[in-house]
Amino acid sequence: MNSKPRIIEVRKNILKQNDEIAHTLRMRFQDAGVFVVNLVSSPGSGKTAFLEATLTKMRSEFRVAALVGDLATENDANRLARSQVPVRQIITGTVCHLEAAMIEKNLADWNLRDLDFLFIENVGNLVCPASYDLGENLRVVLMSVTEGEDKPLKYPTMVNSADIAVITKTDLSHAVEFDWPAASKNLQAVRPGIQILRVSAKTGNGMDEWLRFIASQRVNATAG
Amino acid sequence: MAEEEAGRRSAEVDVIHVRLGALSGVAKQALLSAYDLARSETTLLDAQLVIEEVPVMIYCPRCRAPRGVPSIQQLSCSECETPSAEILQGLELQVVALELRR
Repeated sequence: MNSKPRIIEVRKNILKQNDEIAHTLRMRFQDAGVFVVNLVSSPGSGKTAFLEATLTKMRSEFRVAALVGDLATENDANRLARSQVPVRQIITGTVCHLEAAMIEKNLADWNLRDLDFLFIENVGNLVCPASYDLGENLRVVLMSVTEGEDKPLKYPTMVNSADIAVITKTDLSHAVEFDWPAASKNLQAVRPGIQILRVSAKTGNGMDEWLRFIASQRVNATAG
Repeated sequence: MAEEEAGRRSAEVDVIHVRLGALSGVAKQALLSAYDLARSETTLLDAQLVIEEVPVMIYCPRCRAPRGVPSIQQLSCSECETPSAEILQGLELQVVALELRR
């Protein structure tokens, strides 16, 4: 009798299922010419305010829409609806992140060809969303000045997975004595070379630079 | 996934080998406890999960070689301190092999 264990090589990512759906989404987005931005941050860092300001400023020039993930409420979608662009809430229930399948399901009846930009506001959480590719072109990690300069060191995996960092609520930076060099040093330590933008959705400071940035990213993506 | 493979070969799984990168976003202990919950009521009830932890390695542009890093908070060359975002390993969350019992 042969009782020797057989070893078979598998080499499959544990999140293979999500990765495959994300890959399909990425192809669809590319085909339709829509540039997709995934916003990730901890709860309360100002994702919704930042997104509302972004949608409001962009809508005269581009066709934009947003999907917004939340554990329990539709409050964010209601706020974002004020920007008068198509917004859909994804209520995840107990799931602490968005997955590619949720995006696929919620896009079912949207014609992607009617869009230039699709923004996805992830669930406020700097841990789990890092592992889930949503097929986006750009992952933006937001960090507010009120959270402290060491946030990147506490959540290196998320910062490492991001393409750009946006520091929000800069209108409060004096009040909280935000240490800009320390914040920049920490971000660069965790993700060498990462570009950092500073914005205040409230005053509008830095918004133009952000809008120029994503517009140029879209041009690069569609040209390539 | 392991169940599928085992089912296809009509064999039982003894051991599941997983590679887990330091930057995968998953902690070894959490994966072990999740596995304990997930395997009940499956054919993997008796299968052991063996996790190999994979440290981060970057390509150092100055040394022109793969190098370790001081920590996942500091992605720079452990030899010459040059920062590098070129990650060679440490992102794995992967089933690499199954040991089957006939």
